[in-house]
Amino acid sequence: MKKMILRIVPYAEIENLSSLGRIRKLLNIAKENKIVLLQGRLKNDEEEELIKTTMEEITPEFKGIEHSVINPDQNAKGIGKIRNFLLGNRTGFTIIGPASIVKDIKKNPTKIELLMSETKKGKKSKSRRKR
Amino acid sequence: MISFFRSLVNRFFKNLFRGKRHIKLGIYGPPNAGKTTLANSICKDWLNEEMGKVTNIPHETREIQIKEKINIKSKDGKELTFSLVDTPGIATKIDYEDFVKAGLKVGEAKKRAKEATKGVIESIRWLDDMDAVVVVLDSTKDPYNQVNVTILGNLEARNIPVLVVGNKVDLRKAKLKKLQNAFPQYDVIGISAKYGKKIEDFYDALFVLTK
Repeated sequence: MKKMILRIVPYAEIENLSSLGRIRKLLNIAKENKIVLLQGRLKNDEEEELIKTTMEEITPEFKGIEHSVINPDQNAKGIGKIRNFLLGNRTGFTIIGPASIVKDIKKNPTKIELLMSETKKGKKSKSRRKR
Repeated sequence: MISFFRSLVNRFFKNLFRGKRHIKLGIYGPPNAGKTTLANSICKDWLNEEMGKVTNIPHETREIQIKEKINIKSKDGKELTFSLVDTPGIATKIDYEDFVKAGLKVGEAKKRAKEATKGVIESIRWLDDMDAVVVVLDSTKDPYNQVNVTILGNLEARNIPVLVVGNKVDLRKAKLKKLQNAFPQYDVIGISAKYGKKIEDFYDALFVLTK
C-alpha cells in the first residue's frame, strides 16, 4: 500500500517568513514526498520564484511539483470583497505536491481533483475534494 | 512596499513604451501549446522565413529565440514593428522519463531535461524586458492550470499588456468558450497557428494590444 502524507500549513506558519523562507519551507516539505496544504496563498512574485527555485532543484529523482491555488471567494462582492481585502493572502488554499506523487491537479471553480501517479500495481488512484 | 515601487517603475516604463514604435513582443505559455508554431506563422507571413523547430516532444524550444524588426501592416494601412521573442514553455515539473517515452535515449533525455529547466528560468527572467505579451494556451487542455494563472498574474502585476490566444481550435477537443470563461478579464481569441485559421483576427488583436 502506498502512503500519502498531507502536511497542513497554517498561514501563521509562513506569515513572518521572507519570500525566500516561505518558498524554501514549502518546497522542502514537497521534497520530502509530502503534499502541502497551505492555508491562503503565495504572492504573485513568490509563485514565480517558486517555479524558478523548483527548476533549479530538478534532478532525475526530484521531478518538480504540481501546484494549484483554490480561492472560491475570489469573485466575491460587497462584504465578501471587503473581507478578502482585509484577509489578503490568507483566503483560499494552496496545494503543492511532488510531481512523483501528484500527477496532475485539475480544478474548476467548485471542485478540485488530485490525480495520483500510478502505483506498482499499475492502478491510478484519484482523490476528490468538493467545495 | 517593494512591489509598490516596482509597479510604479513599471508603469513609468510602460508609458514610455506607448510612444515607442518598435516594441518587444513576447510569446509565453506552457510547453506544447504552439508558441513556436505561432512564431513561425508570423515569421512566414511577414519575413518569409521560419523561427524555430516544432515537434510533438515537449520543451523543443529550450532557449529564447528572437527575430528582430518584424513589420506588420493592418488592412487600414497602420504599421507595427516589433521584435518577436519566442520563449521556452513554462512548467513546474520536468521528468526526463517523459522524453524517453517520446523516443529519446536516456542520455539525450537527461540532457534535454536539464536544458528545459534552464529554459523555464530564462523565460521568467525575460518577462521584465517585454513591452507586450501573447500568452498561447492549448484550447484542448484544462485552462485552470496554475502555470497559466501564475503567468497571467505576474504579467498583470508588471502592467504588461496581454493577449490570450487559445490555439489548436482546429481540433475537435478544443473548448475556446471554456478558456474565455476562465479568463474573462482578458481578450481571448481562438486560432489554429498550424493551419493559419483566424490568424487575421490575431494580427488585428496585436494592433489593439500595442496601441
